[in-house]
Amino acid sequence: MNDHDPKISDPGYPTGAPENVSRRRFLLASAGITAGSLVLGFGLSVAPNKAAAAAQKMPPGANVPAFLELRKDGKVRLLSPFNEGGQGVFTAMAQIVGEEMDVAPDSFIVENAPAGSDYLVVYGKMRITGGSMSVRTSYDTMRKLGAAARQMMLEAAAKKLDAPVSDLSTEPGKVVHKASGKSLGYGELAGDALDQEVPSPDSVTLKDPKDFKWIGEPVKRVDVYEKSTGKAIYAMDAKVDGMLHAAVQHAPRLGLKPGDISNLDEVKGMAGVMSVHKLDGAVAVVAERFWDAKTAVEAAKVDWQEPSEDEKSKIRYMPADFSTEEFAKQLANTKGDGTEAESEGDIASGFDGAAKTVDATYQSQYLHHAQIEPASTLARFNEDGSLDIWLPNQAPEQFQAQIADAAGIKPEQVKVNSPMLGGFFGRHFLYPAANPFPQAVQLAKEVGKPIKVIWTREQEFLRDPLRPMAAVRFRGALDDQGMPVALEAISACEGPTEALNGHNPDKVDAMAVEGLTGKSYAIPNRRIAQNYVENPTSLAYWRSVGHSMNDFFYEAFLDEMADAGGQDPYELRMKLLEGNERLTNLLKAVGDLSGGWKRGPFDAEDGTRRARGVAMASPFGSEAAAIAEVSIQDGQIVVHDIWDVLDPGSIVNPAIIKAQIMGAATLGTSEALIEEVAYKNGEPTARNFDYYPILGGARAPRIHAKVIESGAKMGGVGEPPLPAVPPAIANAVSVLTGQRVRSMPMDKLDLKKG
Amino acid sequence: MKLKINGKSVDVQSGPDTPLLWVIRDELGMTGTKFGCGIAQCGACSVLLDGTVQRSCVLPVSAVGDSEVTTIEEIENDPVGKRVVEAWVDKEVPQCGYCQSGQVMAATSLLKSNDKPTEDDITAAMTNLCRCGTYNAINDTIASIAGTDAAKAGDAQ
Repeated sequence: MNDHDPKISDPGYPTGAPENVSRRRFLLASAGITAGSLVLGFGLSVAPNKAAAAAQKMPPGANVPAFLELRKDGKVRLLSPFNEGGQGVFTAMAQIVGEEMDVAPDSFIVENAPAGSDYLVVYGKMRITGGSMSVRTSYDTMRKLGAAARQMMLEAAAKKLDAPVSDLSTEPGKVVHKASGKSLGYGELAGDALDQEVPSPDSVTLKDPKDFKWIGEPVKRVDVYEKSTGKAIYAMDAKVDGMLHAAVQHAPRLGLKPGDISNLDEVKGMAGVMSVHKLDGAVAVVAERFWDAKTAVEAAKVDWQEPSEDEKSKIRYMPADFSTEEFAKQLANTKGDGTEAESEGDIASGFDGAAKTVDATYQSQYLHHAQIEPASTLARFNEDGSLDIWLPNQAPEQFQAQIADAAGIKPEQVKVNSPMLGGFFGRHFLYPAANPFPQAVQLAKEVGKPIKVIWTREQEFLRDPLRPMAAVRFRGALDDQGMPVALEAISACEGPTEALNGHNPDKVDAMAVEGLTGKSYAIPNRRIAQNYVENPTSLAYWRSVGHSMNDFFYEAFLDEMADAGGQDPYELRMKLLEGNERLTNLLKAVGDLSGGWKRGPFDAEDGTRRARGVAMASPFGSEAAAIAEVSIQDGQIVVHDIWDVLDPGSIVNPAIIKAQIMGAATLGTSEALIEEVAYKNGEPTARNFDYYPILGGARAPRIHAKVIESGAKMGGVGEPPLPAVPPAIANAVSVLTGQRVRSMPMDKLDLKKG
Repeated sequence: MKLKINGKSVDVQSGPDTPLLWVIRDELGMTGTKFGCGIAQCGACSVLLDGTVQRSCVLPVSAVGDSEVTTIEEIENDPVGKRVVEAWVDKEVPQCGYCQSGQVMAATSLLKSNDKPTEDDITAAMTNLCRCGTYNAINDTIASIAGTDAAKAGDAQ
């Protein structure tokens, strides 16, 4: 029940397979990216060689020279297929490749790979950094890559030492010939390794996991020093010679077009202004310095014009009367049985024999990604017509194709640079109107110089696509023992995937209902369905996607059923999971971590009245359980502690996973308590952190993280620790107030009486 | 206009209203100090002014006057800043890292003025936002630098 990995065929994650990527083009691109560094070993800046020739037939992830460059000092540059944005994947890749190659992870210099078919290592067919898929979908591929590289080192050493490969072994960073006592550092072998055949991934032998040196260990992150000293480079920091800056003013509603700028002469005369431009749904000012561009563009008085009906039909047009308050009512009042997503037993008969029934409607809010780095893009056209572009992204090949379209050139003429991400949480997929690259490309063309477009926080929040709103109607039936016998959940929602790719009336968007579906509780009669309700806002994947709201709904409603049946919610979950060793172990583990389950209310040492709530989730191939302890002080919820346990089956780096648990639990708390994107009159009521606050240190709970390795198939890590947190908080709050919490953010609830 | 920054005196050409942040990033070419919100909410732009943390995104460069500006690029040359960076690396505080320049500056400022901050002192001083959720790690690391962390050990296990 827990294995609902996004599959290749899932429309939500387009494969992005480049259709026309020739090997030759890839070689050039790869040579280009290494041109700035000292290429001493592998690398493709020299004439075609055996390695590159052999690579022609190779599947993604097998062409060793496309991933690795050996330097004379023994350092290894690894081009990662996955972007680093805090989740620690650069370190995980260094551990995995290093383990098989026999190179210590701290000897790696890791950067994001350019666009290219060699890097489509997600299930061997696509490339995104998302869906908590990086390590679990590429683990075997990247191990084999490391093993193939080690084999090449051995072959090269065998020739140099005039010894058979069978007499050679490796130690970290070197090949050893035991008989003679000689050894050769990998740095010394760099040039020769280039001439070795790249072994087929099927021909290499992988290590026995019991011999692992680094996989499974809390290896230090490879990037913490740079990130602690301001040396890490994000898209915001990219610069090239002759670069100018641009700032934009977006239309207040998506779909509006810029008409006249009534004070155009005034704007043109402002300090530093070089030119003023009209873009798709925006105006821009170009200046040498960003502050001048920003000041001027914000002064522009733009006559924003309504699009034609025909234009409206082609875009996600935001009407002038849209309000989230009204939309929430519309969702809650949506009738109908919906399109079925999951069904078990017979829902009608489950209710026919019920001793008791429970009904409730739950709601979720729009959310911003609110990564601290706002979007930016640097675009530079070169004399040969090619384009270099630097931008935050979670899918280089997909961006490359669209950038080429925007620039009117071929994909192979676009070199995508993917710097470190200043947080992402789902923000940097290819969402319409949500990325600055079309603006940067147009401006670079019109001005004839490299342009960096930076979105201010206000412009970022105006175009940030949102985590969907939903309203879920639940009904549950209990038998005379208080055990749940039937549960129906019908969600009124638009999923992020159908928002991006179009709604199919015969199908459910799996990501709209995940977290209602995929539950493991033994409730014999179940039915989960979706009523599609189109949103006028742009929608997005947000850390843990559908789970970010659906596990809140489901797990809070399960507590309602527990209360209706007179059962303790922790004990009820244990009963409903009877026989499921993995999940009962997990539930027991979170109970133990919290010092033994107790629901409360109870009096804490500091005199506050507190309670605890528990919840579980099965996201992205992993299993999670959380307990939250809360009190209410001056009418505001205080989350004191969260115990959050994750079972991803098997793991690569326990320290990084704990950091991900702490981060996800903190974000889940922020979502649950504080955050909401509200619209009035078609415009967001908040455009910065003043009116869209996110959780700060003062309200951050103490997170107690634990990782369990059950040995099950490897699951995701970055998103899975989040979804159990909001319902654990809601369930705890309900104990204190005696009122069910059925919506987020909970700061909107009137708790004064609680 | 003269600006004293990172131990040097430099001439700056930016207009007097330009926030110090953009002078540092655009004119002086130092990108370690980050832009996050522009309204002094997130703290990604934190620098030290005469050793005390300031949000540079709302501070006009003309208001800096004779004060000494220290940015993240110089922080390891400050004895307290060096200890903060070493602890940040040792405890692996950063995740995405984008806010961490500002967090390091804020922590350095706190420890310069108070070498034994209590938990409440830390919470009051560390108001910079972090979307990755490193707040526990930040507080624990500051407490470890101050040597006040003994009572709070052992939550992540």
